[in-house]
Amino acid sequence: MAVEQTDAQLVSRCRAGDPEAWNEFVERFSRYVYAICGRGFRLAQHDAEDVFQEVFARAFERLSELRSDDAVRPWLAMLTRRLCIDRLRLIARDTPSDSELDEAAADDVLGQLDDAMAVRDALDKVGDPCREILDRFFCRDESYRTIGERLDIPAGTIASRISRCLEKVRSELDGRNQASRPS
Amino acid sequence: MREMNGFDEEQIGRLLRLLPPAPEGWVRAAQELPAARATLDELVARAEQDAEFQLQLRADLERAVAAAGYDPSPFVVSRLRRLLEEV
Repeated sequence: MAVEQTDAQLVSRCRAGDPEAWNEFVERFSRYVYAICGRGFRLAQHDAEDVFQEVFARAFERLSELRSDDAVRPWLAMLTRRLCIDRLRLIARDTPSDSELDEAAADDVLGQLDDAMAVRDALDKVGDPCREILDRFFCRDESYRTIGERLDIPAGTIASRISRCLEKVRSELDGRNQASRPS
Repeated sequence: MREMNGFDEEQIGRLLRLLPPAPEGWVRAAQELPAARATLDELVARAEQDAEFQLQLRADLERAVAAAGYDPSPFVVSRLRRLLEEV
């Protein structure tokens, strides 16, 4: 199984100036920030890109102000949320329309994204080849044929591999919940 | 972590679909922030010592940054613009 660093360990390495750590930080949270911009607040691609870059710029500049390294994910979520709202208000000011910003609906999506990140963590724990197969199928929307070609495995076996991998992720999630439950 | 019990395979698949990868170019640009920060520091130091360069930045920021041999990335341009406004 892959050995993954905790968010706190990664933040600590970033603070210490480890050049590889920042790359990993962006890699780890880029999907989350991207999804908040796109799915949560439905920003157009060019607006989402601006917010995405600004989130990481501020994170880079202010990582030392984070009170608890463990809290980096909610901190990033709040930062992204605030910048998305600012952007939408700016757009509304420049081009008024009837549609109103629905913060409650966006916050519902943010809750789902937190669940999705927990699933993603479990998938990272399960590691390859499951991570690769499930990522290609669910996140990159690749066909069985494409996955088979890219990973050099028979396309006819992809469906059963996906099923087995999903089962492993579920077991990983169940194991975490049992471990975190008081005895 | 929120309680995830009871999530079946279908729900796990649905949740995974919510997190597609961000465009590669965006990720790369964010990863280059430490280098951009170093560029910014150099440009600020030069602008503080060179009044002519500061005038060029105020006249056409992106062109002046590029002419000085630096990449006028959005991070560098936005931060530099903010700093110039404050001076």
